[in-house]
Amino acid sequence: MTVSYENSKIVFEGIRAAGISSVSALPETWLGLLLQRIESDPDMTLVQVTKEEEAVGIAAGAYFAGEPHLMLMQNHGFLAAINGIVSLAQLYHVPLCMLIALRGHWGEPYPWHTRGGIVTEDVLRALDIPFEYARDPARVAQQIREGYTLSRSSLWPTALLLTRDLMEEYP
Amino acid sequence: MERRQCIELIYDELEEKVVVTIMGACAQELYDLGHRENFFYLQHAMGLASSIGIGIALHRPEEKVVVLDGDGSVLMNLGTFATMARYAPTNLVHVVFDNGSLLSTGGFDSHTTSGITDLAGIARASGIEHVADADDLMTFGEAMVEAFEREGPSVVVARVKAVGPDNYGMDLHLPENAFRFARHLSDRRSNR
Repeated sequence: MTVSYENSKIVFEGIRAAGISSVSALPETWLGLLLQRIESDPDMTLVQVTKEEEAVGIAAGAYFAGEPHLMLMQNHGFLAAINGIVSLAQLYHVPLCMLIALRGHWGEPYPWHTRGGIVTEDVLRALDIPFEYARDPARVAQQIREGYTLSRSSLWPTALLLTRDLMEEYP
Repeated sequence: MERRQCIELIYDELEEKVVVTIMGACAQELYDLGHRENFFYLQHAMGLASSIGIGIALHRPEEKVVVLDGDGSVLMNLGTFATMARYAPTNLVHVVFDNGSLLSTGGFDSHTTSGITDLAGIARASGIEHVADADDLMTFGEAMVEAFEREGPSVVVARVKAVGPDNYGMDLHLPENAFRFARHLSDRRSNR
């Protein structure tokens, strides 16, 4: 299994097509090829963080600054960012558009990812965060655009879960 | 030296800046001097004020951004110094009021009490070039003048007494503060 080169490119193009010019991220395997593209694009600003909660602050700052911004993280990073999501974004009605690599779910071979994978959906529901699963490369650009649009109109976090179907391939 | 005196000293200078404060005493002392539309008070999410400052500073290089932080808050997000050093927004001034106390949440000692942990040292070792340490008002004032003038980022650690205001309260709802702050920053850009 390897990370899909083609679908990483499609996700990147979806981010660009949604008008997003700024990304905060904590690198992880599934996001690696995508982050390389973002980093080498002169029209995009990439801010790598040391922990995902920091990215909630960066995203809020980008929003206040008027810059279309997207957060990239693994689901365990989402779990690590919860206080910032609740006590900054939701408390102040600051929109967040999150793309979350859904590790530890269907087909996961690595035991260490599994607890986080199993609870991610319930935690999103508990936090009233609207989410969708991205499985189909033909639809993912639209899902990114619509997730961003909903975050801005609702002034609330939204999450698009990047699944194994989308991010991995069998050579 | 008290934090209130430090904030009073720079209050006039803050009129043209973009200001983000942490919760509790620090927010209240700034608010009590007179709210302005360019002030955002982060009343929760401890640690993230400096991240908001970095986010604004990187995307609005024409603005000078000032973060009023505290030892308890910055200890919750020490990675912020590394992020600040890596992306080095030249327009960011990060003030850390170190009172060695979690004053707003009960007055427990923080990890900086008795000088055990050196926040200025952590900032320097994270790779931030301009870091000042101030124990008195004169030194703080000079450090702030330099920080406002130079191409930063700058960190100013101000050792202050663990005292705060007698009364807390703002005539400003939290989302209202966020909406007006975002609107103000947008208007500033269109008026340039």
